[in-house]
This record gives sequence, C-alpha cells and structure tokens, in this order.
Amino acid sequence: MTLTEKLLARAASKKRVQAGDNVWVQADILMTHDVCGPGTIGVFKREFGKTAKVWDRNKVVIIPDHYIFTADSMSNRNVDILRDFVKEQGITYFYDVIDDPNGHWVFDPTKGAMKRQHGSHYAGVCHAALPQKGHTRPGEILFGTDSHTCMAGAFNEFATGIGNTDAGFVMGTGKLLLKVPETMHFRLEGKLQPGVMAKDIILHSIGEIGFDGATYRAMQFDGPGVASLSIDDRMTIANMAIEAGGKNAIFEFDAQTQAFVDYRCKLNGTNPSYEPVTRDKREKFSYELVLDLSKLEPTVACHPNPGQRKLARELNAIKLDRAYIGSCTGGKTSDFIEFARILRGKRVIIDTFGVPATPEIVHDLQTARWGQQTVWEILVAAGVKMTENAGCAACLGGPVDTFGRMNAPLKCISATNRNFPGRMGHKDSQVFLASPATVAASALTGKITDPREYLPA
Amino acid sequence: MQSVFTGPVFVVRDDIDTDQIIPAQYLTLVPTIREEYEKLGSYAMCGLPEKLYPARFVRDGQTRGEYPIVVAGRNFGCGSSREHAPIALGAAGCKVVLAEGFARIFFRNSVATGELYPCESSERLCDVLKTGDEVTVDLDALAVTVKKTGKVFKLKSLGDVRSVVDAGGLFNYARKTGMIGKTG
Ligand code: SF4
Repeated sequence: MTLTEKLLARAASKKRVQAGDNVWVQADILMTHDVCGPGTIGVFKREFGKTAKVWDRNKVVIIPDHYIFTADSMSNRNVDILRDFVKEQGITYFYDVIDDPNGHWVFDPTKGAMKRQHGSHYAGVCHAALPQKGHTRPGEILFGTDSHTCMAGAFNEFATGIGNTDAGFVMGTGKLLLKVPETMHFRLEGKLQPGVMAKDIILHSIGEIGFDGATYRAMQFDGPGVASLSIDDRMTIANMAIEAGGKNAIFEFDAQTQAFVDYRCKLNGTNPSYEPVTRDKREKFSYELVLDLSKLEPTVACHPNPGQRKLARELNAIKLDRAYIGSCTGGKTSDFIEFARILRGKRVIIDTFGVPATPEIVHDLQTARWGQQTVWEILVAAGVKMTENAGCAACLGGPVDTFGRMNAPLKCISATNRNFPGRMGHKDSQVFLASPATVAASALTGKITDPREYLPA
Repeated sequence: MQSVFTGPVFVVRDDIDTDQIIPAQYLTLVPTIREEYEKLGSYAMCGLPEKLYPARFVRDGQTRGEYPIVVAGRNFGCGSSREHAPIALGAAGCKVVLAEGFARIFFRNSVATGELYPCESSERLCDVLKTGDEVTVDLDALAVTVKKTGKVFKLKSLGDVRSVVDAGGLFNYARKTGMIGKTG
C-alpha cells in the first residue's frame, strides 16, 4: 500500500484498502474557522438537533483567521457565533481573537491595520496554527473546512479539506465516507540551489502535471531530497497539492518530523502519542516523477491559475504594481527570513505588503536579530508595510477594507497560493505566484525578477 | 424524484474556480440562515469577469437566475472548499451542472448538500452550446438533447452519488440507509 492507503486502512480498521475503495474513516481532528464554522455549526444543529453534542470536544479545533481585521459587521458576528458554540459545547481548543470569553469581537479601524488588535489566545492562519499548537500528528486523520488542510500532510498524516455538510457530519459522528485516492509519486533527489525555494518545487510540479493533474488523487513526496527540506518547506509543498486538484499530500516521517511534533505537542499540552506510517516495499502509483532539486530554477505561476508555469527569468518584461508576502503557504518565519535576506539594506519600489501567518511568527520576526536590527525592522526599513495582525488578509481578497486587498485592477506578485481571477480582490487584477525570494527581488525592481541576481554575497 | 430538467443553459469555459462562482467577500453569509442562503443565490457566478461573460448568471437585483443548467469545461469548481459555491448556484435555481470535469471538493459538496447534480459529459459541451440555448437533460437516459438542433449528447453515469443527491444530500441519504439514526 502507499502511505495514503495505509493511513486510510488504519482509520477504517481494515487490513488493506486500495485506490477506489469507499471506506468509513474515523477522524482524529476536525478543524474549522470563521468562514465555514458558522455554516458547519448550522448544519450540525439542523441535522442532529438543537441540544446535540459534538462527537468529541477535544477533537474539534476552532481557529478564526480569515475575516478578522475588518470592520465588516457580518465577519465580526461570525467570530461571535464560534465563541457561543465553543461555550455551549465545552470545546477545548478555540483560538479566539479576544481574551474575554463573554466578549464580542469588534475590529477598530481607527487604530489602523498594522498595530496588533487581537488577544493572547489568537493563533492566526489555521494551517500554520494547527502544527504550532500541536494538533498535527503523524498517522492521524485530519479534516478541515478549508481546502489547504492538505498542508498537514507534511507531518505524515492524512489531511484533506471538506465542505460544511461533510464537516457537520463529522462533527456529530466523528466519521466520514471517503474514496481511497490513487497515489501519484514524486521522488525528490538532490538539493535546492541558493535562491530556489520549496515554493519553486511545488510550482514546478503543478506545471508538470497541470493544475487539474492530481484531481481525486494523493501526492506522495519522498526520496533522498526530502531530508534537506525543513518542516516549513514540506508544509509549503503539501499546502499546494490542492492547486493541482489533489485530495491530499503526504510526506514520510523522519527525525525532523518527530522533533517538531514532540516539541509542539508538549508546548501546548496536546496529545503527545502517535504512530507514523512507513513505506511498504510494494506501492502502486498512478504516476511517477523524479525531480532533481538541483536543476530547479525560480518559478512563477502566471495569471490566471497556478498551472501557468514560467521561469522568473523569462518574465522580466512584466511590470508590477504590487508585491505581497503572506498566507499559510508563504507567510512562515523561514519565508520572511529569505525575503529579508534579499531586501536587507535596500528599498522596495512598489507597494509591498507583509502579513505573517501567525502571531508566533510576528514574535519571531520582532525578536530575531541580524546585527543591530530585528528582521522586522529590516523589512520596515526596506519599505515593506508589515502588519502585526497575522491572518489570511488579502490572500483571498476578503471584505473591501482588508489589509493589502487589491481594490483596483493591479498586477501583483505574491507568495500566496492562488491566482484565479479576483482571488486577491479586484476581478480584473492579475496575480503572479512565486517564492518569497522572487517576490522580494521583484519588489526591488518593479518587474518580475529572478532572485539569484540579488542574493547577498 | 425529478430526473428530467429542461431550460436554457449558462455556458462557461475551463477552470472556473470557486472565487468566480461566489467571490470571497460574500462568504460572510451563512448558508444555513434562510435569508443569507437567498442572498448567496443573488451573487452566484458574479465573480466571472464581465469582459468574458457579458451575460450575467443572475441579473442585478434578482435573487434567482433563469438558467437551471450550467455548462462548463474542465475542472469546474476548482479552488477553495467553500460549500457556498454549489449552494449559491442551487439558491439561484441551478439544478444541474454539465461539465467536462469537476474539481474534487466542489463535486463532493454538490452531492453532500444535494443542491445540484454534477454530471460529466462525454463531449466538450461548452464548445457546442451557447448561453441561452434550450436543452433537456435526462438523468435516467444519460442524455442531453438540444432543442434547436435535436442533437443528443451523452452523459457519464453519476454512479453511487446519484442516490445521495436524489435523497436531498448526505444526511437524508445517511438516514434513509440507516447509517445514522432517524432523529439524528
Ligand atoms: S492564508 Fe489564504 S490559503 Fe491560507 S487559509 Fe488563509 S485564505 Fe486560505
């Protein structure tokens, strides 16, 4: 069996499953957020009754993150719906925007978008918060009401995005009927060259198979090249499996996974026990690709979808209006560090927005020092508009007052994961997806730029 | 159970993602609240750029459209997991989407909500039909008949999922088949 088949077999209490089988699987975690949580709760109550209880109050994790720092009253109301539900159900893991369990969340636009407005429990973008808060464990099944839930495949677990109705079902029963996907095999060899990042690996792979190339399938990443990839790198790759239509992504378990997961579970006091899955000698794949990481170059997905692959150096005639770094894909600490390495001591010449994925990342950047300055200060000095309000922000457009949202038909280079028409705001804007390094170099020149020209000596 | 649908089609091309079906700013609407469900219908497909799609799926100021059938190319419904997408289409009066192919989560959400039948066509109907063309879709015969020309196109079978949509979605189906208790 492949890694995905092994995970699903275990969760279905079966010895074997194979691609195409329909099986009932037991969930370990159900995650929801402010955009799909209220609808999921609505389905749960409609179907199981007003007084129904969730299947396990320690396994439903609720993370408001999408439309938080906006004066839009419906968005603020949705966070309140989550809080009421958490109280009623006694849910253990709720990363509320505010500290007062009886309060109401209201964003204050007069304080501006950059200064921190959230309380101490807030955890930021769900997919980055789940691992930081010790909710991703090898061998488990994670369902989330968000398509990028597949990011947690980096931790050797089965993780996939589902809709509100499916999530309402899981909320009540802990189970879901799934079709076992076929597995596509991506064997990574070699090491990335300077200036080339994990984002380039996944943009390259999506370009290779087409952006519906993994529809209904699992993407398994393994091989000797994985050892040189950090946990953040693996998360970036797994995150974008959905951009090829994939059901899930999956990595092998190794010492890095173990160190990360053990530390995080301990830090937040979550369940520390887990059982990884390892590779069988015989695996059936529907597709195989060997990728030599040392041959990859900085890659860009052009408007209007993540499959429009080009090399950054082929695009230097494209002029830009804006640069954006953030999201679950590109807003991690390591992403900002690479970004800062290129911008340090220089100035961006187009509007450049930085949105860390989680408050912990904000803290990392504000405390990590390079010489006299923190990374945060280096970025601000380079002209980047950095917000302390970690969250999804303009990655998916959001309400019109969202930080970094494109409210005009602009051209933007972005470290995020989607570039469909209108994704970051205006319907006629254009988004080019690239690595944080490529976004940084492009912010310096105002054109799409290969970051290798700007690497510090 | 209704298995024949007749009416004008609304035609879109490949790779229509969920942001175009229901733009992100409307996700504050909660589909299980009746008035908000109807509002979602009024915004269905409003993310399609006007330049490419001058005819609108739902006219300004209306909550429902006049197209019970949407015809699409490859990878319809790609992108986010928002169930608001099939719901917005359903709320606007769409019953069937005929596409060359669907993105996984959209397909699953259409079935789980019972909002619409996601049918795969054997041919690329988006190259053959134009918005406003009248067709009849017969789910039992797996056929689409074009009124003007009398031409008939084949549909692929929906397989197991047909009965889930017939039942009105995952929960009704689970109850009918005894997977969960009657009162829940
Ligand atoms: S950061 Fe973007 S991709 Fe990630 S969860 Fe938020 S909206 Fe989705």
